[in-house]
Amino acid sequence: MNDPSRRRILSRIRSSLKSVTPENPPSAPAPAPKRTPAARIKHLTQRMTAVHAEVHVVEKTHWTETFKALAAEKNWREIACGSGHPLIDELKMAWQTDANDLPVLTPCTAASAPFKARLFQVDAGITSTMGAVADTGALIVWPTPAEPRLLSLVPPVHVALLPAERIYNSLAEAMTEQKWKAGMPGNALLISGPSKTADIEFKLVYGVHGPRELMVLMLV
Amino acid sequence: MYRAQTFDFKKNVQAALADRRLRRNLRAAMDILIDNRHKAFPDAAALERLRSRGHAIKQHALNRLPRLLEELEGRCRENGMQVHWAETAAEANDTVLSIVRAHAARFLVKGKSMVSEEIHLNAFLARHGIEAVETDLGEFIIQLCRETPSHIIVPAIHKNRQEVARILHQQIPDAPYTEDVEELTAIARHTLRRRFAEARVGISGVNMAVAETGTLVLVENEGNGRMCTSVPEVHIALMGIEKVIARLDDVPPLLRLLTGSATGQIITTYVNMITAPRRKGEKDGPREVHLILLDNRRSHILADPELRQILMCIRCGTCLNHCPVYTRIGGHAYGHVYPGPMGQVFTPLIEGVQETGELADASSLCGACEAVCPVKIPLPALLRRIRRERAQPHSAQGGGRLKNMAEAAVWKGWALANVFPVLNQAAVKAGAKTGRLPTVAGPLKQWTNVRTAPRFADRTLHEMLNATGDGDE
Amino acid sequence: MIYPPTTVYFFATCLIDAFFPQAGLAAMRLLEKAGVKVVFPRRQSCCGQPAYNAGYVQQARQAARHQLKLFTSPYPIVVPSGSCAAMMKIHYPRLFAGTVDETAARRFAGRVYEWSEFLVRILHIRLTDCGRPVAVTWHSSCHALREMGVTEDAKALIRQLENVTMKPLKNEEECCGFGGTFAVKQPALSAAMVRDKVDDIVGTGAGIVLAGDCGCLMNINGALAHQGASATGLHLAQFLWERTHVPRADL
Repeated sequence: MNDPSRRRILSRIRSSLKSVTPENPPSAPAPAPKRTPAARIKHLTQRMTAVHAEVHVVEKTHWTETFKALAAEKNWREIACGSGHPLIDELKMAWQTDANDLPVLTPCTAASAPFKARLFQVDAGITSTMGAVADTGALIVWPTPAEPRLLSLVPPVHVALLPAERIYNSLAEAMTEQKWKAGMPGNALLISGPSKTADIEFKLVYGVHGPRELMVLMLV
Repeated sequence: MYRAQTFDFKKNVQAALADRRLRRNLRAAMDILIDNRHKAFPDAAALERLRSRGHAIKQHALNRLPRLLEELEGRCRENGMQVHWAETAAEANDTVLSIVRAHAARFLVKGKSMVSEEIHLNAFLARHGIEAVETDLGEFIIQLCRETPSHIIVPAIHKNRQEVARILHQQIPDAPYTEDVEELTAIARHTLRRRFAEARVGISGVNMAVAETGTLVLVENEGNGRMCTSVPEVHIALMGIEKVIARLDDVPPLLRLLTGSATGQIITTYVNMITAPRRKGEKDGPREVHLILLDNRRSHILADPELRQILMCIRCGTCLNHCPVYTRIGGHAYGHVYPGPMGQVFTPLIEGVQETGELADASSLCGACEAVCPVKIPLPALLRRIRRERAQPHSAQGGGRLKNMAEAAVWKGWALANVFPVLNQAAVKAGAKTGRLPTVAGPLKQWTNVRTAPRFADRTLHEMLNATGDGDE
Repeated sequence: MIYPPTTVYFFATCLIDAFFPQAGLAAMRLLEKAGVKVVFPRRQSCCGQPAYNAGYVQQARQAARHQLKLFTSPYPIVVPSGSCAAMMKIHYPRLFAGTVDETAARRFAGRVYEWSEFLVRILHIRLTDCGRPVAVTWHSSCHALREMGVTEDAKALIRQLENVTMKPLKNEEECCGFGGTFAVKQPALSAAMVRDKVDDIVGTGAGIVLAGDCGCLMNINGALAHQGASATGLHLAQFLWERTHVPRADL
């Protein structure tokens, strides 16, 4: 490239490092202790609950029923969702079967501007997840064409569907097992709880710019 | 408040020390941050290993900086990002301006970025009629009262809730006066939500950039960073060149060190990893992502094997939290963007040692910072080095030469006395005759403002032992 | 070092020489009591730390070289100050790196011990308390704590005295504000720090504050006296010697 700034910066860096022999990259550390699947569920739940996430452990076979009950309780008017994911298909089926007294379920449409505006008005957004990390207590969320970035950010409540068998011990383990290096999505997220701040006198307040509530449905 | 333009460090320090409320707020805040960090790393041995690893990762990245920057640039471009190189603050500002103008934006939304403070981006944009809206709650508050951040991580740490209530009530139309922290936060959320929705451009910093995959990693708790980088059509990411790391595997340990050291969290609410603008079929995300790589003297600092270690800094702020000087004067007194121990080293290196090297004097070299730095930067050694650079008698910049010459003369005399102990003993005897060190005038005068003057012993240890013969070989 | 050592050098430090010679004598006597001959090279002066910290490397080297030439026999060099010991042990090799004195500096540095560290870990001294019950508090001098890592050794010595109660400071590890030339160059900051340290000391109710560094003691004692506080500061060596050898009514 013929960008002169680039050229000058790189050339100055090179001459600054002239006498340095680059050594080998730091070796990998001893692997972190591994927990049993049950212990991982427990630890993840503890960590996320401690930062005000709401964690429900539900049976995979009838999670939609449980979710319907929760949605009714919360008095939501409208929930936004994505499409194309098996769990979201199940969700849509459940709503098609019977949606009495339930919030409206609005799938994200193709047109971006109207849907973006809609997200600022719905009560909750529901997404799938790629799994979770037990040691730090975080969900792994990869937005896709089917589930846009703002779905888990703009609505005041984020509902996350987490298959319990995809809980990893650590971020390093998740990155390795899921082969992140081979292809990162445009945006990859770790989400550990509802948004918060302590900028005023260190008083903790939830629901700043991101969701005020994070509800995790852990599917076992 | 304390402005860099009229940089009188001694005066700033005096003013800060006299400000009771500031000192109370600071002490309480730093104690909380110290305690939080302590709780975040319960296993001392594991923390040591983690710090060593962090050090190794950053050192390795610096040693391979040109290759890594090229690799980062290559990956980012492959992924659809645009990469700009800025040698100076001015160039970085111009680049931002041209992007903003290309999209006919009159304002932009901004996540926290120390680099943007370093280049004085907001003031520059304002001069060109562009409003930069700070969205991090602490930054939002201080922007409203036209101040600068006083701490890297908690920018409004010096304000209590009454002050915040007054600021929001006065500066935001229709905002009620309330001291309830939840209500204050809700006011900010409501006000900024509209700006997010309407913004065409969002700006962010970068906590670390992975060369291997072309991924920008950003950490936050509020969600404003994700808003700035996902809602508008354009995302501009500002990054110092020293923030690049080699591999994705380097992220977990650095993340742990950063969040644990900065706020005592095992992880922030969000870790936002950006690798590409909106891809085909995606419904949202910025259509353009611009990465601006800022040099601003870093490539020069790199030339010095000792001083280059300051470039390992991951901007966690923990050296500030543990510093007995920062705790007593806060960030504004330093008069520059980066306060505390790391700022006392970095600022002279980017703004000039003669002009700002005085900052490095405000340290007793107690070493508390070094003991907690997550990447093991030897801060006391670097502070000494800045002092040494400033003390060179024939400095190119000249300014302060007279003061240096006077001090140099003192040390020359001191050295003589220590090489010819008979001089030393004579001086001490002369002092002993008066009983106390001369403190009526001169540099020792202020000692007696708060202390009685030290008393010379009637006989030195040398004299006592000469008399008894003890200690002979 | 030959183990167990029969002879040691004593580097008193310039502050002890001029302001706290009794502490120096006490330190030497306790070493002798623990079974070693103590040699005090007569022309010793300053380790060079003040100039080194101020950035005057040439002058620091001059002072340091003078000490390098004095302590030539292969005895351990025992230093009753964490900061001076650290200067010699950790910083002499750096100070002389790349110069003709580098090897000598390294050899010298390898023989340096802080005083309480030497008594505890090498000589395994045993102490018997002859004094009456007293409450003391301990100030961890920064270099003793962070560079030499000898705080626990000092406390172990105090704990051997059965009539001495230790009351901890709230911020034991916070710098007292001396910092050598810092107290002179940044007097306002230094004053703020020593005032807080004194409040902390007075707050413990202890009558005596102990430290292993005379810079800290000079600073703290000056501030205690200025405030008219009844507490007073003593060097650890002087306190231990007086407790174990001079049963005085006022101890």
